[in-house]
Amino acid sequence: MNVLWLQSAGCGGCTMSLLCAEAPNVFDLLEGAGIEFLWHPALSEETGAAVRRLLEQVESSEVPLDVLCVEGSIVTGPRGTGRFHMLSGTGRSMLDWVRNLAQKAQHVVAVGTCAAYGGITSAGGNPASAIGVQYDGHHNGGALPADFRSRSGLPVINVAGCPTHPDWVTETLMLLASGSLSAADLDTLARPKFYAEHLVHHACPKNEFYEYKASATRLSEMGCMMENLGCVGTQAVGDCNIRGWNGEGSCTRAGYPCINCTAPEFEEPNHAFTETPKFAGIPVGLPSDMPKAWFMALASLSKAATPDRIARNAVSDRIKVPPKQKAGKT
Amino acid sequence: MSGRNLLVGPFNRVEGDLEIRLEVVDNKVVAAYANSPLYRGFEPMMLGKVPSDALTITPRICGICSISQSAAAAAALGDAAGSQPAPQGALVAALLHGIENLCDHLTHFNLFFAADFARPAYAERSWHPQALKRFTAMQGSAVRQAVEARAQLLHIVGLLGGKWPHTLAIQPGGVTRAPSARDRIRILSTLTAFRRYLEAELFGAPIEAFVELAGADAISTWSTGDAGLFMEIAADLELEKLGFGPGRYLSYGAYPLPEGRTFGPGVWENGELSPVTTEDIREDLSHAWMLGDENHPFKGQTIPDEDMKDPAYSWCKAPRLAGNAVETGAFARQVVDGHPAALDLAANGSSVLARVAGRLLEIARTQLLLEQWASAITPEAVFMESSSLPEHGQGEGLVEAARGALGHWIQIENGRIAGYQIIAPTTWNFSPRDRRGQPGPVEAALEGAVVGDDEETPLSVQHIVRSFDPCMVCTVH
Repeated sequence: MNVLWLQSAGCGGCTMSLLCAEAPNVFDLLEGAGIEFLWHPALSEETGAAVRRLLEQVESSEVPLDVLCVEGSIVTGPRGTGRFHMLSGTGRSMLDWVRNLAQKAQHVVAVGTCAAYGGITSAGGNPASAIGVQYDGHHNGGALPADFRSRSGLPVINVAGCPTHPDWVTETLMLLASGSLSAADLDTLARPKFYAEHLVHHACPKNEFYEYKASATRLSEMGCMMENLGCVGTQAVGDCNIRGWNGEGSCTRAGYPCINCTAPEFEEPNHAFTETPKFAGIPVGLPSDMPKAWFMALASLSKAATPDRIARNAVSDRIKVPPKQKAGKT
Repeated sequence: MSGRNLLVGPFNRVEGDLEIRLEVVDNKVVAAYANSPLYRGFEPMMLGKVPSDALTITPRICGICSISQSAAAAAALGDAAGSQPAPQGALVAALLHGIENLCDHLTHFNLFFAADFARPAYAERSWHPQALKRFTAMQGSAVRQAVEARAQLLHIVGLLGGKWPHTLAIQPGGVTRAPSARDRIRILSTLTAFRRYLEAELFGAPIEAFVELAGADAISTWSTGDAGLFMEIAADLELEKLGFGPGRYLSYGAYPLPEGRTFGPGVWENGELSPVTTEDIREDLSHAWMLGDENHPFKGQTIPDEDMKDPAYSWCKAPRLAGNAVETGAFARQVVDGHPAALDLAANGSSVLARVAGRLLEIARTQLLLEQWASAITPEAVFMESSSLPEHGQGEGLVEAARGALGHWIQIENGRIAGYQIIAPTTWNFSPRDRRGQPGPVEAALEGAVVGDDEETPLSVQHIVRSFDPCMVCTVH
């Protein structure tokens, strides 16, 4: 299976993340699965004229294309021309290239939240008029229309994340190579379910604090970050805390709130990223699949029942009170 | 006299998008124009937001230097708040930042730069079989070892910062996670494993031996490991005569710790070191598709010219220090810091060889620093101090990314961001011409490069451009 990778208007971080794949390394892994790069802007030997020829060959169907991976959002500015990002050496906008090459690909994969939904490049007033390959934020329809299907019949596959996890990319590509990723394996925002059916909350080490609503009051404290520090791990999709990042890491394990980077429009949460918006002292944006009244009742009950150990550790930067050991039989 | 124009792009194995236009006369480049063809608009994006959002948004300017951007944003906010990070927080921030810088140098050498020596054009050279084996893009044994070693080294960032890139642990007051004694010992063991890789593969000798090299000759005759293979290639291709920059080097000084910056700050020219005066920075817009006046970054604006009018040819502004183009990067940093081998190389000018040697030197020196810093972690210490931002104020954050001097300048009014300007290392190195017609450093370095009759994408040009390790996504942001 061949892959043509284009870096559109993004930071290149999803490629940098991809290089963090381990056991085996990314090159051994993809080679072992029969996946090869026709060209990748950060990794391939060919530069300049050789690349222009290759792109023309793909566009004219002379070279068949299995997977088009697009990393970074598609900028449409200024005034719909896409000239804020011309693919260098070609005199054509990336917008134009992506629209044309997508027609030739068996599968189209949007790598990262920028490519999927617009992402951070569309933050603030969206100065470059950035959109995703097939979405514009939550709206279905981006650089490619909502009804676009690649030659395989699938919509653009959104491997969202900022950055995306290396395994989310390699596993998506390997599933495609083995013919085992169908439309039913994508969620309603076209993300692969194998990681999008989990919540960041799952396996978060702060879960005991969450159970009692024992909250951190400022960054570096160990307590749950939902009540005060803007954490939305209970609503954000991703198996971040199950599989871990860069060895055993995750945002919440490192004391940083989940900002829902796998979702459309995470870049504009309508509040400071590390502050929880509240209404009458109650956090807005509670877990989405639980009746609010039940949540409030449970929260006040569990708060009242918080053991001293958990209450004190929540506002400390390390464990101050260890769990009690059951006395042995004498 | 025969002349032709060449357009080089897509220019790969650099971070982000780059297009180089060349005027070639009698097989030599007589003028070069560097175009950064991507505009995203991070600076206007920040306006009106709460200042702390800069810590989440600006790292996402760049996927390869995100910790650098994060550290610069934290420093700018800290400056505005008039606060200092907890000393141990600064230490962990330095550790995180040092790992990113080291990884970037490793990625550059093995994945971005050395792959060109495996090209068929060099098939007749004595070293080519070895270059083919070690450096072939994606296939070479050095490439795969480097990627693996890098992924393991980044476990330290996973442990302390959650993930890489877009690590958000660094705050004005310190870092978000207090490491334990167990973390400290695990970090040291990861560093020991990385040292083993460096000594077995990259240097083929104890790293101290490389750090202690005192002269240009000692560096360029280094014979072991992939560093030795590079020096053999460099001697054969005379890379010490290729790609001279302006000879003026800028470093803000790397890794601010309570006792000072670990690599010292300064501006170096003709053997003279002077302090960095950031008041003397101006961003010239004469050849950038930007509207408005030349300004200091505290006053600067970012208003793209949607008509992309001539004579502009890039989205990149042209920063100048007291009117001068300056080169920044690992080599500049080591010259400014006064490493004897770097100073000796600088006497000859900032060539392709010097830039790569500066990076190798810094890989070795950074490994030693990381080991010292990890050893100095005190698990019972405070890692985060409170820091509160003013309703009105301004702040300057200066750090050293892998590719050189990175600055953030923030203006705060009524508790919101009223101005945010960023000058990244490659903004300096890959700037277009200014109103006086002075070319940017890479444009100057390309003048005189030899172009073969049948070359469409000249190899000499590729070596020179990649020797700067450009990060184009940071350049315009």
